[in-house]
Amino acid sequence: MTAVTFSPSSADPHRLGHAHPQGYSDSAAGPAPKRVITGFGFWIFLLTDIVMFSAFFAAYAVLVGETDGGPTGAEIFELPRIALETALLLASSFTCGMAAIAADAGNKRWFYISMAVTAVLGLGFLGLELQEFSELIEHGAGPTRSAFLSAFFTLVGCHGLHVSVGILWLLTMMAQVFAKGFRANIMRRLLCFGLFWHTLDIVWVAVFTIVYLMGTVK
Amino acid sequence: MFGKLTWAAIPFDQPIPLVTSAIVGLIVGAVLLWVLVKGYLPYIWREWITSVDHKRIGVMYVLLASIMLLRGFADALMMRAQQAFAFNAPGYLPPEHYDQIFTAHGTIMIFFVAMPFVTGLMNFVVPLQLGVRDVAFPTINSVGFWLTATGALLINLSLFVGEFARTGWLAYPPLSEAAYSPGVGVDYYLWALQIAGVGTLTSGINLVTTILKVRTYGMTYLRMPVFCWTALASNLLIIAAFPILTATLVMLTLDRYLGFHFFTNDGGGNAMMFINLIWAWGHPEVYILILPAFGVFSEVVSTFSGKPLFGYRSMVAATMGICILSFMVWLHHFFTMGAGPDVNAVFGIATMIIAVPTGVKIYNWLFTMYGGRIRFETPMLWSVGFIITFIVGGMTGVLMAVPPADFVLHNSLFLIAHFHNVIIGGVVFGLFAGYTYWFPKAFGFKLDEELGKKAFWCWFIGYYVAFTPLYILGFLGMTRRMQHYDVAAWQPWLIIAGIGALIILAGIGFQVAQIVVSIRNREALRDVTGDPWDGRSLEWSIASPPPVFNFAFMPDVSGEEAYWTVKQTARSQGALIPRPPYQPIEMPRNTATGFVCAIFSSIMGFALIWQIWWMLGLGAFGAFATFVVFAWRDHDEYEIPAATVEALDAENRRARGIALEDYLKTNPIEERQSA
Repeated sequence: MTAVTFSPSSADPHRLGHAHPQGYSDSAAGPAPKRVITGFGFWIFLLTDIVMFSAFFAAYAVLVGETDGGPTGAEIFELPRIALETALLLASSFTCGMAAIAADAGNKRWFYISMAVTAVLGLGFLGLELQEFSELIEHGAGPTRSAFLSAFFTLVGCHGLHVSVGILWLLTMMAQVFAKGFRANIMRRLLCFGLFWHTLDIVWVAVFTIVYLMGTVK
Repeated sequence: MFGKLTWAAIPFDQPIPLVTSAIVGLIVGAVLLWVLVKGYLPYIWREWITSVDHKRIGVMYVLLASIMLLRGFADALMMRAQQAFAFNAPGYLPPEHYDQIFTAHGTIMIFFVAMPFVTGLMNFVVPLQLGVRDVAFPTINSVGFWLTATGALLINLSLFVGEFARTGWLAYPPLSEAAYSPGVGVDYYLWALQIAGVGTLTSGINLVTTILKVRTYGMTYLRMPVFCWTALASNLLIIAAFPILTATLVMLTLDRYLGFHFFTNDGGGNAMMFINLIWAWGHPEVYILILPAFGVFSEVVSTFSGKPLFGYRSMVAATMGICILSFMVWLHHFFTMGAGPDVNAVFGIATMIIAVPTGVKIYNWLFTMYGGRIRFETPMLWSVGFIITFIVGGMTGVLMAVPPADFVLHNSLFLIAHFHNVIIGGVVFGLFAGYTYWFPKAFGFKLDEELGKKAFWCWFIGYYVAFTPLYILGFLGMTRRMQHYDVAAWQPWLIIAGIGALIILAGIGFQVAQIVVSIRNREALRDVTGDPWDGRSLEWSIASPPPVFNFAFMPDVSGEEAYWTVKQTARSQGALIPRPPYQPIEMPRNTATGFVCAIFSSIMGFALIWQIWWMLGLGAFGAFATFVVFAWRDHDEYEIPAATVEALDAENRRARGIALEDYLKTNPIEERQSA
């Protein structure tokens, strides 16, 4: 029978640094570092968010043909605007990545600039989406018109809502960095924010493909 | 100003809800007054409400579940009484009230009894078994609990202010659409579940992260106790299934509030899509509940048989197999939808396949008991009662997995009997086994054994008397949710079922008495060793109740059954394993974030239900402000000095030393070596 030892704790009371006197393999190395725990947990949250979106996608797929005599996707989608929206959002992912690099380098100025540009691009995306929505509603193609439009507005609107929350979070993070600097816990939150923003891109790629491209091709 | 809320919302003309509300109000008021007068408020605020300690949060979850069990069971008694009398008669409950009761019964029992009970056990036990000091996200854990409590609050509020849904516990459209359910009942249902569901989701994320990323040294996956494995499977299902519930409820909410057409009869809506979506959540949900119960039985059967669990790896494989299969069978809830024989056959076969890993588990428990020195203490009684009862429930499940048979039995009382068979005989028995098993760990004293056994026998016999007639009634053609009926042959069986419910009531009475008596006799029942059952996993290596930091040293695990190994080592060398010098421990600080969030989400929920928009804005602003204040905190941890850790641990080691001496007196080392 192997003897069980209780190894001494070092200066790292939570044993966050993987430091282990006997050098176990990774899976046996004790609790992961805090940054890993936070990032991993947030990734799981994002996966749940993606599952939620998938339910909205499924509903959209079921209801896409249920136009109830109202307009179809091909009649109402304006691809040039969608292309611009896509470009803005993808560009904002790039600047968001720049902000993460600036934060890692501890460069406040470039961090603020990149985050501000990200916010502006995000707002531009939202503006275009709101314009699309209001035009549709104006032309009697609002979400109450048909099941297809209900599913469309919910799916795309849910993504837009996420972008709005993301911008609110972005501004909060800028204020936090301003007030507290690049502390370890702020850096963890920035990691989560980055993951969130990039995930919105992933979801948008699916929205763009399934809703707009497949909708107009038909 | 107050949206749809008027004085008409208060049921002045209905004596039953009015009197119930008055009694509940009096009890809550009396408890609050008692807390205030006795000066317990600062203690409760400091040690419980603002606590981020996973053990405290776990206990609060179980407390919430127990209180809601009383509410849900009161509903059950009312239904049994109604049906026992309502042969060719209106009974004492008018239809609109009866409909609210069966809806509330199902909703409460699943979302606010079974779920918080399961979550509470997992919260309490998993970090202890993994040998760590807290979950991955302690504050979010607290937020999750308080959101669940918010949902429970809203659902209870519906008793007094307004009404509850009359749609059945899954609120199928088109009945649940605004056209057919114009009142606030469905809105109470939607927002209570939505808020509680977010709470469940956060706790699922938290526990998955904890199990995958926060384990002590040497605690590899295949050294985790089976309860941790089942908790992992259950929480993986939560994170995969609850977002579907969120989305589905959002769609129904949009239909009701803004005139969308997801599930409406007009505008191209598709009500069957709701049924599909809700069961894509709902079927995994039953495994979310039962898997941790399987975990409890694995711990209990192994401990009380004095043997390692038989077939540990097959148990893990079976657990994860069920985890995956549970997502592939949802359509068996509506074979009658008309998807066609090929689709029904696929889902029917998939459903039957789940019986295979479940059978593996049953055999593993039996083989664990085989040749063991079994102690029939209360947790073991629940486990044996479970094995017998659950096999019957599983069989009737396989029977209904045959689509043609399901066409006959769909929505009959046979179905009701089946799922109560597996939920009471599986989940509830498992929760009570776990409750009795871990109670001494949580509070430092055991529960009264005598009353526990009486409670078990009442539940066990009561279950059979209450639900076997329902199987028979199903074959006699009685459908579910009937407020009255005109078939004379049904009444005797319904009266027997009512008697069964009364026997279960006696069981609950014994459980309440058990708590009271045990608290009164706590000195005699005191668990001084921290290891009252001769346990095998790490939670039994620490004091009962554990110190806030759980482990003075994070244990270093070298095999399955971590604590059993430690114990046997100490026994064979005749001395406790020595401790290295103590170190200070950092622990997360308390925070009121969860509680404050719950207040604002209650306000938001109430405002949404009654469509009071200014109040909604107020609540939303408050919730956001709370988060920002929390995010601005500078000190989120505090340090426990090494001397305190040493003092607390010395007490535990002294008790262990005495226990070891006692053991060595009866089993001297020389004798064991010669033998």
